[in-house]
Parts: sequence; C-alpha cells; structure tokens
Amino acid sequence: MALDDDLKKDGFTFVGTRPKRPDGLDKVTGRAKFGADMVAPGMLHGAILRSPHAHARIKGIDTSKAEALEGVKAVVTRADFPDTVQHKPGMAGEMWNVLENVMAGEKALYDGHAVAAVAATSALIAKDALKLIEVDYEVLPHVTDVDKAMAEGAPVIREGSADRSVPEGLHPNVVRYHESGHGDVEAGFAKADLVMEDTYKTEATHQGYIEPHACLGMLGADGKGELWCTTQGHFYFQKVCAAVLGLETSQLRVTASEIGGGFGGKTTVFMEPVSLALSRKANRPVKMVMSRSEVFRATGPTASASMDIKIGMTKDGTITAAKGTYRLQGGAFPGAPADFTAMCGFAPYCLENVLQIGYDVMANRPKQAAYRAPGAPMGAFAVESVIDEMCNKLGLDPVEVRLKNAARDGTKSSYGPTWDAIGQVACLEAVKAHPHYSTPLKEGQGRGIASGFWFNHGGETSVSLALSEDGTAQISVGTPDIGGSRASMALMAAEVLGIPYENIRVTIADTATLGYNDVSHGSRVTYASGLATIKAARDAVEKLKGRAAAEWGIDPDAVTWEDGYAKPSGPNAGEFEPMHITKITGKMGRTGGPISGHFEATPEGAGVSFGTHIVDAEVDPETGKTSIIRYTVVQDAGKAIHPTYVEGQFQGGAAQGIGWALNEEYIYGEDGRLQNSIFLDYRIPVASDLPMIDTVIVEVPNPGHPYGVRGVGETGIVPPLAAVANAVSNAAGVRLKELPMSPPRILKALKDQKG
Amino acid sequence: MRYHTPASFDDAIAIAAQAEGITRFLAGGTDVLVQLRSDLVTPDDLIDIKQIPGTHDIVQNADGSWTLGIAVSGAEMTEHAGLCAAWPGLVEGMDLIGSTQVQGRATLVGNLCNGSPAADSVPGMMAAGVTVTVMGPNGTREVAVEDIPAGPGRTNLAKGELIAAVNIPARGENGGDAYQRFIPRTEMDIAVVGVGVSLRLDGDIITEARVALGAVAPTALMVPDGAAALIGSTLDDAAKARLAAAASAACNPIDDKRGTIEFRTDVAGVLACRTAQRAYDRAQGKKVAKHV
Ligand SMILES: Cc1cc2nc3c(=O)[nH]c(=O)nc-3n(C[C@H](O)[C@H](O)[C@H](O)COP(=O)(O)OP(=O)(O)OC[C@H]3O[C@@H](n4cnc5c(N)ncnc54)[C@H](O)[C@@H]3O)c2cc1C
Repeated sequence: MALDDDLKKDGFTFVGTRPKRPDGLDKVTGRAKFGADMVAPGMLHGAILRSPHAHARIKGIDTSKAEALEGVKAVVTRADFPDTVQHKPGMAGEMWNVLENVMAGEKALYDGHAVAAVAATSALIAKDALKLIEVDYEVLPHVTDVDKAMAEGAPVIREGSADRSVPEGLHPNVVRYHESGHGDVEAGFAKADLVMEDTYKTEATHQGYIEPHACLGMLGADGKGELWCTTQGHFYFQKVCAAVLGLETSQLRVTASEIGGGFGGKTTVFMEPVSLALSRKANRPVKMVMSRSEVFRATGPTASASMDIKIGMTKDGTITAAKGTYRLQGGAFPGAPADFTAMCGFAPYCLENVLQIGYDVMANRPKQAAYRAPGAPMGAFAVESVIDEMCNKLGLDPVEVRLKNAARDGTKSSYGPTWDAIGQVACLEAVKAHPHYSTPLKEGQGRGIASGFWFNHGGETSVSLALSEDGTAQISVGTPDIGGSRASMALMAAEVLGIPYENIRVTIADTATLGYNDVSHGSRVTYASGLATIKAARDAVEKLKGRAAAEWGIDPDAVTWEDGYAKPSGPNAGEFEPMHITKITGKMGRTGGPISGHFEATPEGAGVSFGTHIVDAEVDPETGKTSIIRYTVVQDAGKAIHPTYVEGQFQGGAAQGIGWALNEEYIYGEDGRLQNSIFLDYRIPVASDLPMIDTVIVEVPNPGHPYGVRGVGETGIVPPLAAVANAVSNAAGVRLKELPMSPPRILKALKDQKG
Repeated sequence: MRYHTPASFDDAIAIAAQAEGITRFLAGGTDVLVQLRSDLVTPDDLIDIKQIPGTHDIVQNADGSWTLGIAVSGAEMTEHAGLCAAWPGLVEGMDLIGSTQVQGRATLVGNLCNGSPAADSVPGMMAAGVTVTVMGPNGTREVAVEDIPAGPGRTNLAKGELIAAVNIPARGENGGDAYQRFIPRTEMDIAVVGVGVSLRLDGDIITEARVALGAVAPTALMVPDGAAALIGSTLDDAAKARLAAAASAACNPIDDKRGTIEFRTDVAGVLACRTAQRAYDRAQGKKVAKHV
C-alpha cells in the first residue's frame, strides 16, 4: 500500500496530546470486567489435572471416581476432542499443536501438561475431583536444556515434527531451521583487526502478567457457543477453538474481557477449548481460572537460548563481518522464534558480510508463547555484549561504534530487505546528546548501552465507526486494548472528524460484530487498527461531506472538512455557512440514513523500529547484588499518538527486561519439574528494585501510516538484557555471558576471575 | 475443616490434644491461610488463638524484660517506641517480613512455628536470647527460641503444645542488636542468608555477643564461634575476618532455587560482618539507617 503521499507530519490538534484514558475510571473503581469476572446462570467451575512428570506415556486414565463425586457434572480427556485436526510437521500443524497442548494425547510432554479436566458445581469440588482421577503413567527420559535437547541421544519429544527447512542429520528435536545473510563472512573476518567469538545463554522467562488466564465457555448441543475470555485476540481464539472442537467458526462468538496484561502470552490458546468441551458435555456454562502456578507451568514462557556470536572489527570500530548461531528451545512443540532471533540480532547494523543461523528445538517444557518482540531480546543480548566487549578491548566509545556501523535509510538489512526511513541513527544521536550519557560514574558503577530492533507488524484489520445523532462517534475495533489503544484510536478519529476526544467511544467488538482482526501483537494495534480507524473516519467524513453537498446542491468534491465542519472548498463552490457535524447527523435519518465509516485491509507498511538504552548499574562485589542506578530508554515511535502511553510502553519494556536480565528464570530440577512456579521464587522486579525510567521519544515518521506511527510495544524489551549486562559487566569488571545475572552467578564470576 | 475460637490457652490445648489429622493454630494466618488457599495444607482443625485475652499485649516487666502476647503483629511491634529503642534488631527482623498488609497480621510466633529455616524474625530473637513459654497437656516450660525449630516445616513442640508468650530479656546498658538478610531484590523476597547479632560493649570493647544465622541450614542456628570471635575485640578487621570465617564455617546449606551452597556460605560471612557493625554502632549510641 503506497501511503507516502498521504503522510501527515504536523499541524495536529489531538494527536500528540495526553488526555485521560477512557477505560481509566473502570479500572480504578473495579468496574472493569476481567477474565475471571464473568458469571452466568447455572455456571460450573472447571479445573485441570496436570502431569507431574516432564515426559511420560499416558497408559490409561480412570475418571470413574471423579465422575461419581457429588457435584461433578463432567470430566473430559483427550477422547472428548475430535480427531479431525491432524499432526503435521513444523508450524503447518499448529492447530494440532494447540490441541495437543491444551489436552495431552498419548504422552504428557512437560510438567504441568493438561491430562484431564473436571467441571463441578464449585471450584473446591472440582479440585477435589481432580484428586480422584487416576492416571497410569510410564515415565520417560526427559530433556529441558536446549543444547542437550539437540545432542545425540537426547530423548525424542515427537518424531516427524521437523519441517523441510531442517538439514539432514540433525536430531529430530530440531524442527525448524533458518539461515539468512549476505556477503562472505570468512573474507570479512580475515579483514578484521580483532575477531571475537563467544557463547551466550538466556533462560526462559514468563511474561508475568498479573491477570491469570480465565474464561467462561458455553457450548450447546446445537454447535452454537459463547466464549468470554482474557485474550489478546478473540478472533484467533474463535478460529482455534472452532477448529479443535470441530465447530463452524461463525457459530462460536468470542468476547474479549478487559485484559490484565498479556505481553504476547495471551496470543496463544492454552485452556479455552477445555471450558467449551466441558460445557458441551455438561450442557452448562463452565468457568475456568488458572492459579498462578498453572500460569507458570502451563502457559507460554519465552524460549530459552544458547547462542554463538562471532564478530570481526577493525581498529577504528568498523564491523567487517558478523556471524550468529542461535539455538532456541520452545517447549514440546515447534515454534521457538529462532528465525526472529537470527533476523533481529544484527539488524541495527549496516554490514557487508553477515550470516545468521537459527534452530527451533523442542524439549520437555511448556509450549513457548510470544513475549514482546519474541526472540529478539536474546539475540540482542549476545550480539550487543560482544560489541561492548570489543569496544572495551579496542578502547572505543560504544555509541560511536554503533553509529559508525548503524543501519541507515538505504541499508540492505542483515536479513534481506532494504531500509527506508528508519530511526537507528536518530536514536543513537539522541543517546549521545542525552545528559545521562555524559554523567560521570561513581566508584563501583558501570554503564551499558545497547541497541535493539523489532520488525513490527500490520496484519488483518477491520474497523467500523458509527456516528450518532448528536454528532458523537462510536468506534468498533477488533484488537483488545493492551496498552491504552482505545485512547489512541479516539485521538486519531478525533483528528479526522474534528470532534472532541471525549465525544468518541471506542469498544472492542466481539467476533460476531466485526470482520476478522488479527491478534493484538507485533506492536500492530496503534499502527494497523489506527490506520483503519483513520480510514474509517475518513470514509464517514466523505459521507458527511456528501450530505452537506446534497443540501447545498453542489458537487461533493467541492466540499472540504475542517474542525468538524463541512465547508465549501473555495469561492467557486458557492457561498455557504459552514455546516457543523451535529447539523448533519441530527437529520441523517431523513437525508439518506445512518452515517458510518469502515475500513478493512491487511496493511503492510508497519515500519521497523529501533531503540537504544543507557543503563548505570552498581554491583556489590561481596554479594554479587546489582542495583540499577539510572536508566534511559531512547526509541523511535514514528509519531507518538498519546505520548504518555508510548512512554509507558518504553518503561514497561525496560522494567521487564531488567527482570529478565537480573533475576527471572525458569528453574528445573533434575526430575524435569519446574521449581519456582510462584511469584515468591520467580523474581520479577518489585517497584523498589527500579529507578525512575527516563524516556526519550524519537520521531522518524513511518511512511506506511497516515500519521507516521510505528509500533512501540515490543522494541523496548530488546535492548535491556544487553544494556544491563554491559553495565553489570563494566561495573563488576567481568563479562557476564549467561542470564539471569543473579547474585550467585555474579559472585561466582568475580571469584573465578580472581582465581 | 473445623474452626475453633477457644477463650483460653487451656481450651486451645484441650482441642489440639484431642484433634486427629492436621492441626494448625491461627495467629496472623499469613502462612496458614496462604498454604490453605494454595492447596498445600488443608487443616482438619484450625484453632484461632487470637481471641484469648492478653495475646495482643506488649508488656515491659519491672526488671526491664518484655513479655509479648502471641498475637502481637509486626506493625504493633514497629509502632512500639520502647520496644524499638530496646531491641531495634529484633524488631527490624520482624519488620522485614512481607508488606504493609502482611505486617498488620504476621506474628513472631507464627514465623517461628511455621518452621521455615529462612524465617526473618528468628535469628534476631535468637541473638537477643528470647525464650518462649510453651504450654501443653503436660504443663508449662520455658524454651529458648533456638530450641523450637526441628527442621524445615517442623518444630519440637509436642502434640497439644502451643506457645503462650514471648519473653524478651531486658536490654541493659551499652547493648545493641541488628538483623540483616540477603535477598536478590529489595523487598518481598525470602532470605537467602539472614544474620542476627546482639552485643554489649564496655567502652569500645565487646564484652558479650550472640550471633545467629538463618537460611543456611535446616534450622536457624547459633554461631558460638562467631560470638567468640567478637568478644574482647573492638570489631576491628581481624575480628571481622574471624567472624566471617566462623559464620561461613557454621553454614550447612543446600543448593536450591534461592541460592547455591557456595553463595550462601560466602554471603553468610559478609553479612555477619555488616550486621555486627550495625549492632556495634547501635551499642555505641550511633544512629543506624533503617534496614537496607
Ligand atoms: C506476602 C507474604 C510475604 C511474606 N514475607 C516474609 C518474609 O519476608 N520473611 C518471613 O520470614 N516470612 C514471610 N512471610 C511468611 C509469614 O508472613 C511469616 O512467617 C509470619 O510471621 C507468620 O506469622 P502468622 O502470625 O501469620 O502465622 P500463622 O500463619 O497464623 O501461623 C504459622 C504457623 O505457626 C503456627 N503457630 C502460630 N501461632 C502458634 C502458637 N502460638 N503456638 C504454636 N504454633 C503456632 C501455626 O500452627 C502455623 O503452623 C510472608 C508471607 C506472605 C503472605
């Protein structure tokens, strides 16, 4: 879609202001309805029995005692799901993968894998009933580490899962392979003054949203269903639930609740089909709410990663070649984003010779899910750490080196496309100019900087806008609001319609009310739903102009729209008093009927995004404990529609990245069971762990959006792992190559260095 | 589950002594109710002892010692100026527990009897020489705090026994105490190492000392070698080195999700010195920042 001619860069009235969010009062008063807040008459409570084994053959399940318990209305196992969806290699079999994950078939594939479920008249009865289900397991050897999972002799998770991208001779747990790049890396390394090669590792982390997965499903014998759930994409949930339950898609209506955080983790179906299956069997609505421990054990953490990076640099800091090999473990199913890791790692740079290879590896862990810029943070950690180390070795300024090698307009990117209108240089210049970067450090402190890249996404989008008689507007979007997008939609529509922000109500429409909308992921909502909102509003404006033209008896082309008024476009059009929107909508029933606008498309111009973070850290040399002293996020937003929410995204990405860098990790015991499935032991940062996170919004307009918007939701988590690692390594005087950089790991590195 | 609200310790003991199955006393409930809700422990008999008269009192006795009721919450301790002035280290150990909400309910005895090796108030109580009054079907006895824990999640209380009071000695002149813990974050975390130190000075010289460690062994433990390292010194570097060595040597930790053996052992030494310094500064009448 060529929208370049369409780009509005300045003269905004509403866009760029910071009004209160429309859902604010609901959220602070408790009126907002989240996943677990819905009730229905006759509702039952569901609970899921989960495997205590990392890998086990299910030889039999006896549910008779549970069924006999007073208050139990239905028990389901895999046998209650149709076998119409088939296993296929790689992501081609995603519907089967979802089903297999939602309810285990022949094998339990990880600690926490669902094997049976109960619906009962109370949640306590449902829990008690689970204890009465007898599962006969044959425990199998398991593997949870990515390198071990692809090594010879590793237990095979599932034969036939590899797709055709995988070269011959690799372990069957390697299910997808990615390779991209250009130039000749060996020739490039030969030209370097310094070549460094190292291995970096990251552990899986969870998105850690406060709201657990929750839903209320109703499915009748007539194949008609209703599902209320917390999700980032109810249209996708509709599609998946219909597929795995053998329903017609349109017969299942899905409504998205308010969402208490998702960060990518609620783009995946983990539980909802179970509530529908139970409901179908019990003929009653079934509500299900996961415990925190279930969220950790059975919903998507990120992939864990093991990565080899090799970079060649000349004395002046020019990168002559870069090679990355990325092995990602994404649980017992294909889908670890090794391809994204590979593509994003070197993307901030303009490289003559670059090669990246990614391996998607299965292991006995929960099915990974997207987590903000899936795959990118790990790769950035490895790449940006090596660059930092090389800057230290060569005595070069890390910002200057990044500027010297920065991707610019016209650069052929590491993974193929040639850039147009990108913000990497603008961000680095802003870093250089920021007072943070020149503030002297105290003894024991270190500074780290790191850049990061994310693609951003467009996706299928449909928006409809209806005007009311009083000249106010209601907008229906299909993308759940996970970051204040209702405010941004209203601001963009206000800009087009010329009516106040407060006169617009934005609703997340259910699946029966609007055309298909892709999930709220890929930082796409403000971009794609925003673009569609602008276009829908323009569609309505055209109709408004038409009504005015008809009344004036002039050609619609001779009418312009300004600040909520139809006006004759010039003296030739005739002399008419400007006509306010309320004048037109007030009588629209008599002048041709209701006025609405809509827009449907799959916009392709999402506009890639870059950011660079500056971190100061202090390390206690006696305990290995890190304090983050100061933090600044610099990122290109294209155009900040609602700057407060842009800043919120920047800060949130940094906060989660700090957690990932310092203390968050999935810890598995020898038995393959998850050791830390509660927030006490899964250590996300608490408020007092973080400094105020400063933000700088860089605006390099994206030509693919009418107002220049780029998604901002994900890039913010790409640099922090590396930026914090660089700060910590510089403070401690020893390079940390494995996340999290928990105190025991840092203290050990310090001791090992001393010898 | 049966819920009881006895009006006296004797009634509570009678219920507990007769109970079969799982019995829990309900003080603040910040362990018991959390374990109940997360399906870890569902008691058959839950005996609420907060209703018993006197269990909410903080009393200073004529000899300067203190008697605390078993339902006194962390917040009530922190708000008691006299207790804070006398035993700031003991109070700071309790104050580190949880959040403001938890502080409104959590008790010393609950923390002790929950049996976690990492319980934050326990090393401070041990360093201070606190005893508890144990009542049971066979009578009443006074037991040192260090003799209550038996192992992770277990105590030396017999069936039907409960703790009826907490007895804190008089602070006396020139004393100071402190508790510090190591956690990877700044709050809402579980101690990877905890150290309690109490000492008394004559001039600059330490004349009495008690050192206790938490989270580095199956139960919190007294470190007599650590105390010996301090006594007779001015907390100079040599004394600190001896203290660190003694603290590390006393450790018998496990490798787990919260820390490695090596880490716990190293940090026990470091933290012992830092805690001793705070206790020493307090004994000298210096102002010491709130726990860090
Ligand atoms: C969010 C949160 C954070 C926390 N943070 C910390 C922390 O930082 N550090 C820490 O150490 N703990 C922490 N805890 C655990 C808990 O708060 C403490 O252990 C607290 O002191 C328990 O006291 P309670 O009065 O609530 O005990 P309860 O839950 O009422 O009882 C605990 C146990 O003690 C027994 N018991 C209680 N009273 C008696 C008695 N008189 N005689 C015999 N047995 C008795 C009970 O049977 C039970 O087994 C935290 C808990 C929560 C929920």
